[in-house]
Amino acid sequence: MKHGRYPFILSFLALPVGLYAWLVILPFAQAFQISLTDWSGSTNTFNYIGFDNYANLFKDDRLVIPALQHTGIILVVLPVVTIALGLFFAFMLNLGGRSRQGRIEGVRGSRFHKIVFFFPQVLSVAIIGILWKQVYAPENFGGLITGALTAVGLPAPANGFLADKRFVLAAVIGVLVWSAVGFYLVFFSSAMASIPRDLYEAGIIDGAGRFQMFFKITLPLLWDSVQTAWIYLSIVALDVFVLVYMMTPERGGPDAASEVVGGVIWKYAFNDGEQAFASAIGVVLFFAALTLAVVSLRFGPRERIEY
Amino acid sequence: MATETTTPERAPARGGGDPAPRREGAVFNVFSHGFLWLWALMVIIPVAWIVVTSFKTSREIASDPLGLPAALNWDNYANAWTNGNIGDYFLNTIQVMVFSVSGTMLLGAMAAYVLARYEFFGNRIVYFGFAAGMMFPVFLALFPLFKTLQNVSLLNTYAGLILVYIAYSLPFTVFFLTAFFKTLPTGVAEAAIVDGAGHYRLFFQVMLPMAKPGLIAITIFNIIGQWNQFLLPLVLLGRNPEDAVISQGLANLALRQGYEGDAGALFAGTVLAMIPIFVAYVIFQRQIQAGLTAGAIK
Repeated sequence: MKHGRYPFILSFLALPVGLYAWLVILPFAQAFQISLTDWSGSTNTFNYIGFDNYANLFKDDRLVIPALQHTGIILVVLPVVTIALGLFFAFMLNLGGRSRQGRIEGVRGSRFHKIVFFFPQVLSVAIIGILWKQVYAPENFGGLITGALTAVGLPAPANGFLADKRFVLAAVIGVLVWSAVGFYLVFFSSAMASIPRDLYEAGIIDGAGRFQMFFKITLPLLWDSVQTAWIYLSIVALDVFVLVYMMTPERGGPDAASEVVGGVIWKYAFNDGEQAFASAIGVVLFFAALTLAVVSLRFGPRERIEY
Repeated sequence: MATETTTPERAPARGGGDPAPRREGAVFNVFSHGFLWLWALMVIIPVAWIVVTSFKTSREIASDPLGLPAALNWDNYANAWTNGNIGDYFLNTIQVMVFSVSGTMLLGAMAAYVLARYEFFGNRIVYFGFAAGMMFPVFLALFPLFKTLQNVSLLNTYAGLILVYIAYSLPFTVFFLTAFFKTLPTGVAEAAIVDGAGHYRLFFQVMLPMAKPGLIAITIFNIIGQWNQFLLPLVLLGRNPEDAVISQGLANLALRQGYEGDAGALFAGTVLAMIPIFVAYVIFQRQIQAGLTAGAIK
């Protein structure tokens, strides 16, 4: 069996690794290279200008600065809200039910809830965008929320939620949370399922309420999963763009009120023909994602609880 | 609460518990049920509402957003299917995915198998090279990728899109399947080797059939992922609108709806695009949930 081992390994790896290197690794590497030039993207000539694009990045108050602020807000709000809701719902579904004979179980209908909550996760962003754009639409376009608000006599923004600078970013974040919660509910549920029931039963005997059980037993044992979820959601937050593209006026408006980093890259690359500048923003985004992943892995809990 | 139990070995010393926590529990139960139902409604209502809206005339959509349609207006669906080209987009997507999904699975399984089961120089490097791909922000690569395909005349072709889909699905597929191949027992493989099976026969006739549950989970994952792909076709398949895949076609329809004002057809198209995903989800929801979340568990 030693015979022909290396030819076999090579024959199995050549195609996948080759394709991956050609279409994934190489374009990313080229993006780094492009970011050091003044290339527009449409011509064949360019000069290397060092780190000028990076220096100019933070002087662009028209798009880049608002985008950094908004992506920063999403980066904080999306993980916090999604993880909090995900943990809460997972705890309810798995352990929140009445304790029959001292045993801990989920509330009734937990399977149904899991199926429903998770559904947005399988919808494409295009569908989610069209759906929620209409939900947020102004009343005279048949919006759901504005229509409902008016029906009960409350004031609604005249141009809908997405054309209003005060609401547009919150509206986008709301949709992001809406589509992500189900995934983290299922994710935390499967992690909770591996916590031995004895621990909760011991907790009940000692007279612990649900709040105590959640904070003293569940949360410490779930810390690894929370950390993983944090990294995943941070990457999602940094990559937010398609939803903004689908839903908001001017793909980031009104008045750049929902501009995000991904959208700015898009605009510079495909509308303005400033390929090099767009790549520089992308490289910054890449290192932001890398830093976040490293930092959250570093500052996790130092000791692992075995059970 | 009964003090006699049918499962005595699990029964705790104090069957009932104190009355105080129980009252706290009752309040808590109402509260938690309320929240769960609230969220369930927040998922169901917008989706159900768009289905209802898709049967309304454009006038009804604008004037009476909360009401029911006076009559089921199937015209929207006819318009979406023919004028909106949703039918063509379906066929285009299937044409692409037959090749991209099977290609992803074949190449992914081959790489994952070798990485999981063979020790060789560079094994870790290749593995982490694939795994790191899950973290790259795809915008960064969009333009160089556009140029790469242009240089080899694969821009605006299905062949190009298929290759890109495969390449961008490999990180997660390899990551997931490597872990899966590692869990398979070694005994069967050893027996096959004793019986004289070569490396290739071992893979195709012994290991692949054994890896079936993992392969199914990740296939479903890739089908959903590639069906929903939006950014890559938008950039790499942008020139001929009639060649669009489903998400992209739907976005085009949304854009056109702004000019033509046929909102009903847009929502009918949206519902049509949702149906296959919904059916697949209801049938395979266990595997989908397991497959999607398993990747996140290291």
